Amino acid sequence: MPSLPVVLPLIAAAVLLAARPLARYRRVLDLVAAGTSAAVAVLLGILIFRTDHASTYWFAGFRPAHGIAVGIAFTVGPLNAGLACVGAILMTAAMVFSWRYFTGVGTYFHVLMLTFLAGLCGFCLTGDVFDLFVWFELMGVSAYALTAYRPEERGPIQGALNFAITNSVGAYLSLTGIALIYGRTGALNMAQIGAWVSRHPPSGLVVIAFVLVIAGLLVKSAIVPFHFWLADAHAVAPTPLCVLFSGVMVELGLYGIARMYWSVFGPGLGHRAAIGRVFLVLGVLTAVVGALYCFRERHVKRLLAFSTISHAGVFLAGFALLSPLGLAGAALYVAGHAFVKAALFLGAGIVLHRLRSVNETWLHGRGRKLPVTGALFTAAALGLADLPPFGTFLGKGWIDDAAGSPAVTIILLACTIVAAGSVLRVAGGVFYGLGDPPREDERMAAEANEETGETDSARQRTPLTMSVPLALLVAAGLATGIAAMVPRAGDALLSAAAQFQAQPQARPADVTVSSVVTGLVSAAGAVGVGLAGLYWRRIPVLRGRYEPGARGTGLADRFQSGVINDYITWVIAGLACLGGVLAAIIRLRGLAPGSRRPWHASDISCRRRSTTRRP
Amino acid sequence: MEYFPFVVVAWILAVGLHGIVTSRDLIHTIICLVVVQSSTYVLLLGVGYVTGGVAPYFYDISARTKAVDPVVQALSLTDIVVEAAVTALLLSFAVQAHKRFGTLDPHKLVEFRG
Repeated sequence: MPSLPVVLPLIAAAVLLAARPLARYRRVLDLVAAGTSAAVAVLLGILIFRTDHASTYWFAGFRPAHGIAVGIAFTVGPLNAGLACVGAILMTAAMVFSWRYFTGVGTYFHVLMLTFLAGLCGFCLTGDVFDLFVWFELMGVSAYALTAYRPEERGPIQGALNFAITNSVGAYLSLTGIALIYGRTGALNMAQIGAWVSRHPPSGLVVIAFVLVIAGLLVKSAIVPFHFWLADAHAVAPTPLCVLFSGVMVELGLYGIARMYWSVFGPGLGHRAAIGRVFLVLGVLTAVVGALYCFRERHVKRLLAFSTISHAGVFLAGFALLSPLGLAGAALYVAGHAFVKAALFLGAGIVLHRLRSVNETWLHGRGRKLPVTGALFTAAALGLADLPPFGTFLGKGWIDDAAGSPAVTIILLACTIVAAGSVLRVAGGVFYGLGDPPREDERMAAEANEETGETDSARQRTPLTMSVPLALLVAAGLATGIAAMVPRAGDALLSAAAQFQAQPQARPADVTVSSVVTGLVSAAGAVGVGLAGLYWRRIPVLRGRYEPGARGTGLADRFQSGVINDYITWVIAGLACLGGVLAAIIRLRGLAPGSRRPWHASDISCRRRSTTRRP
Repeated sequence: MEYFPFVVVAWILAVGLHGIVTSRDLIHTIICLVVVQSSTYVLLLGVGYVTGGVAPYFYDISARTKAVDPVVQALSLTDIVVEAAVTALLLSFAVQAHKRFGTLDPHKLVEFRG
């Protein structure tokens, strides 16, 4: 049963590929792909509720003997099955959306999407570090190919190249770390490595292996300074794919880091507070950088991509608090964000389909003939701004509670306000014609229609297969928040997080007044930022100094240069800094006495893991 | 403990990364990526090497014979398959890049920036 979410899409992909003559009947392809994704989502949903704690499934019955695992395991817990389930739901929405979206589509789109889904599920469920790399690459290769789905345009080629090369370098660095840790421990099973690492004092090699392993995952999750590829790839990928990129792929990288830390390296490395602080700094930095780039962007899909970077920083900050409440908050925030961000991308897809552009300036006021899409897009943007009762507000509230630090709360709040405010600015300008009309010039008109090759836009009304998934995703975003407010569901999520971290659950999850107030403040602030962006010419401070959509000059363009050589330089520099800091913390400060003792109380030994297997 | 293979690994990795960073030709970039990945083959095989070990086929030899680690060989094979897929895909992108941009210089393959 746990292997089905991986096996099913792979079989479906193989069947579609083998039955090439079927490609003439496009609806057969669509039905098979959407049906498989929906089936996988249902399967994973069942798995979430059947596993109140982690259960391990050994392929072909190769169970470990004497604490040594030779076989390959899937470790299914509520958190990772839940993340895969969100991915499968988004995949289903994307497949339904693409029903009438593309001008021409062959078998390859469906096959690659299904392979991507298989990679996604495998990555979430695996309990083996080498398999983690293999699923990472399977997912990666499908995603690279899908990004360049329209190779006749220049943007997709640049995006796919930067995406593929940066992520591949990251993956090979991860593999180097995996090989080093295998050489030291003789194990590939996460629990077995974790048990070995926690029994030995952290050596230099373990630290290097940890940094290398998470390097690839940091690239995938677009954490500053590993994030440059993301905007290039998300802006140009076909819209149904952006849903998955922003909704789950970035979050998968973060999940990988959390998993590597809690199941493998964390128990042995010690110095939890200091390591947590390093990740907190990275997360806050990412949130700030993403929000600033988001605000100055006028290309709607690229703007949403920068908002994803900003939110990835918030997720990392939640995880970096290293407490069950922080992780539960991050998990809830990931789910809530996935649904509203997917809805925003589908909204952008409908705009591209009907109005043939995703340039905010050109679109100004032209979206007024799409009232339903406009309303849903605005609702999703408010969800992104943590408006209660969207799932995002409670997740953020828990992260704030866990942080217990006003400075972190205020910085993260400001980032959310700016990022979501930029999205609201798009909603107000495009769908309601608010704000001062932009000056149209030739360059803008040329930029406006650069993406028309993707979709068929002869229709006079939006097909139901596009608007219904959009509405359902917004509803799902609301439902996540409402469900998590039920005390039992909140506690279940919290105990799942505690169990993921092998920690005792400290405090119950509440809906505090402060989280509701913060959510309302955040939404109000985002509306304010959106309006300021629209009416900037009337604000004395902004007039003259701020020109929306000014490109090609300035410091910001020099960082986000679009040149792959620069991106790899940043990866190497970031890796060196991170490695240096972590090595300094772990090696120079020495082992604090008693710092590792709490871990032994909840030691995840292989033998205990192996006995928890369920039929 | 034999350190030499690990020095070689670090060298290959550094050379490959240096090549990507300084590259002015996309084909060169892609080949350098292959070089980066080659370092992982050497590392995997180096990690599993046992001095005096034989090939791990226990068909006509005793199961107690000293042999090199078969796991890393399986990992290297998987790694090679991944590399073949990624390289083929990247080279096809390079062909498209040349068609659309008329150049293979990574500094000129820029449609979006900032």
